[in-house]
Amino acid sequence: MSDPRVAGAGVTKFGKHPERTGRDLFAEAGLEALDDSGVDPDDVDSLYYGNFMGELAEHQGHQGPLMAEAIGLDAPATRFEAACASAGAAVRGAVQALRNGEADVIVVGGAERMTNIGTAAATDALAIAADDLYEVRAGMTFPGAYALMARSYFDQYGGSHEDLAHIAVKNHEHALVNDHAQIQKEITVEDALEAPTIASPLGLYDSCPITDGAAAAVLTSESYAEAHDLDAPIAVTGTGQGGDNLALHDRPHLAQTPAADKAAAEAYADAGVGADDVDVAEVHDCFTIAEVLAIESLGLYERGEGIAAATNGETDRHGEMPVNLSGGLKAKGHPVGATGVAQLATITWLLDGSHPRADAVTDGTVGVAHNAGGTVASTTVHVLEVAE
Amino acid sequence: MTDQAPDGQYDAWLDAIADGEGHYAECANGHGWLPPRRVCPTCGSRELAEKPLPDAGEVVTHTTITVPTPQFEDDAPYVTAIADFGPVSITGIVRGVDPEAVEIGTMVGIEVGERVTTGDRLVVFSPR
Ligand SMILES: [Zn+2]
Repeated sequence: MSDPRVAGAGVTKFGKHPERTGRDLFAEAGLEALDDSGVDPDDVDSLYYGNFMGELAEHQGHQGPLMAEAIGLDAPATRFEAACASAGAAVRGAVQALRNGEADVIVVGGAERMTNIGTAAATDALAIAADDLYEVRAGMTFPGAYALMARSYFDQYGGSHEDLAHIAVKNHEHALVNDHAQIQKEITVEDALEAPTIASPLGLYDSCPITDGAAAAVLTSESYAEAHDLDAPIAVTGTGQGGDNLALHDRPHLAQTPAADKAAAEAYADAGVGADDVDVAEVHDCFTIAEVLAIESLGLYERGEGIAAATNGETDRHGEMPVNLSGGLKAKGHPVGATGVAQLATITWLLDGSHPRADAVTDGTVGVAHNAGGTVASTTVHVLEVAE
Repeated sequence: MTDQAPDGQYDAWLDAIADGEGHYAECANGHGWLPPRRVCPTCGSRELAEKPLPDAGEVVTHTTITVPTPQFEDDAPYVTAIADFGPVSITGIVRGVDPEAVEIGTMVGIEVGERVTTGDRLVVFSPR
């Protein structure tokens, strides 16, 4: 089976752009991706687009065709919604369509406008990724759900809030040179531990910010890339997706994310690689504990051992297994529907040497992107490799 | 209180809890779920029977939420917990105890209370 190539990518500055519409944000990222790819827009077969809270934040449904129009495409466009994994699901759909020969060029992307509605309304909008009847009506928030998992993790495996603080410190440090990042500010473990609590045991610095932004990438079939002599050395060699019960209380484990286990196993098998082959990972650290759960599900760490990885310096840019060199959702920001494609762009740039943190993985050939929806009831994992 | 049609079996379930007759759905293989369910997601059984909810559950994890959604603005800070009632686990708000005193392992009963902010009904756990 031929592996789709990443021909180009574009990402807006992530941050607070309350006055910018979703269509404007997506147009910036999408046009940058098209320009970067060298692909004729007339050759684009489809737009696969991720967005989660458009109805609540912008009173805008049916965003697929709107966004195709925004980047000048006359092509069918479909929105993918899998909460925070919406863009990862869009990537997966595109990879499958390119592989089975239905298409030669697909623009994948996503956008989210969040800061215009304020923190309270954004908290409400994010919460509906949980079970409305049984979780949201019991006061559950998105940080609250991850707090429930964090406390369960500490209870089952040990670890402390201080270990989580090291993850925040690491990801803030990684973001310092990433001009796309929302937060470019160094913090200390003490800062993180002393920050106000949002949902105990998690504080302000355990949480990703509320973010506006967009990301896009142009994926092509291998044959199209060859025929058009595209500069596209990075291939998507593996895709996987896993699901789980929507409500946390219906799951057998509160300190594991089996949807991500399944997605990782499928993606590794698809690519023909194992966790040992992975040189770099971008994982869905919407909260610090989420990074721990992710690196364990990806098989980069044993259960119960991921918690100490940042504390031990193993996952920072000098470590054996750099994780979230972009700054992660924690510092780069988390425009929900854009995140999965921003991760794809980051891994592409880290592997082709054009990312400002690429020096951390000079000889890297295999990267993974892990994108989780809600409390990990949806997860996609993609493996990217240097093909040329 | 929100002015809308009742949510079928969910509201009936709250009514039952308020009457001290809380229940859950159990499949032929003993897997427990909260209503409404037509099929067991674990084994695919469609033979679901209504079983009485055990009197008490054990808190398996909890958090004190200080940044709520607007619907809980006047409730915060409050404790949301997951309690294990044997065949099912349930998410609810723990009341009647200092938030600092809630621990994993705390035994709780289940009842129906009202949200301070909106007056909507919710699942409340009280230490036993
Ligand atoms: Zn069953």
